[in-house]
Amino acid sequence: MNKRVRVVVFLKPGVLDAQGQAVQTGLRALGLEASEVRVGKAFELTVPEERWRERVRELCERFLTNPLIEDYEVYEREEVPTP
Amino acid sequence: MMRDPRFAVVVFPGSNCDRDCLHVLRDVLGYPAEFVWHEEEDLSGFDAVVLPGGFSYGDYLRPGAVAATSPVVRAVRRFAGAGGLVVGICNGFQVLLEAGLLPGALVRNRGATFRCEWTTLRVERADTPFTSLYAPGEVVRMPIAHGDGRYHAPPEVLEELEQRGQVVFRYVDRDGRTTPEANPNGSLHHIAGLANREGNVLGLMPHPERCSEAVLGGQDGRRLFESMYRWLRDRALLAAGRTR
Repeated sequence: MNKRVRVVVFLKPGVLDAQGQAVQTGLRALGLEASEVRVGKAFELTVPEERWRERVRELCERFLTNPLIEDYEVYEREEVPTP
Repeated sequence: MMRDPRFAVVVFPGSNCDRDCLHVLRDVLGYPAEFVWHEEEDLSGFDAVVLPGGFSYGDYLRPGAVAATSPVVRAVRRFAGAGGLVVGICNGFQVLLEAGLLPGALVRNRGATFRCEWTTLRVERADTPFTSLYAPGEVVRMPIAHGDGRYHAPPEVLEELEQRGQVVFRYVDRDGRTTPEANPNGSLHHIAGLANREGNVLGLMPHPERCSEAVLGGQDGRRLFESMYRWLRDRALLAAGRTR
């Protein structure tokens, strides 16, 4: 079986999120209010189920994120049959 | 007989300043220079490597991240480790950071806008292979064109960079002052360019190749390439002297 995961990436607190600020400005211009807006990105990955946490961590830390400026969270999705 | 220092200009899919760099090196300055494709694994025969600006791999994932995994960057790592000169300009700077050849990261500009304009820079170190033809503290003009040029590093890294004197160029106003208005992208410590500890790898966001001819409105970038050439030639002369 394969494991499907969703990885969500945000800039670390303390790294200026210029996109989040721009989005907040746009919301305000429409008269909409959010006290904080942060913009991140998401990946969906399918990996072999065996040692999947370890595999995903390596993918995230070696390539998908820059650990210097970004944090990530991993969310489990349903198990998918190996084709 | 001693041969002229040879420059490699790396071409990634999406590089767009590669021709400008080759033009300046070859046509304006008359140096031996060649394009090197990103799949190349051998940089022997070259004395300096230029990683040019552009949008390698469409800036997908993070600017420079995909390029940093290419065969030529593995070769650049070995080349730099052996003391070769490497300069990364704009996207090339982003590649060097993603490859771990320089510390820190470049993130989206303050204000989330693409900035394409002239900037004034202070030359913080005139004793590097890239800046020997500038005066220490000299204020020069170079253009920028980037959306992700805000230099970021943790406080302890910034402190170490400053202590070791690795900051080579800083955004300043015409009088050489680090005013907030003079900082086009919000870079921490106004950092526009920095070198590694050994001093043979330089990354900078401004484009020296776009200001190497009077017809383009400025020539302050030209001395960066001339400094590299002179440094390499002097090193070769010294080596030739030793073996005689």
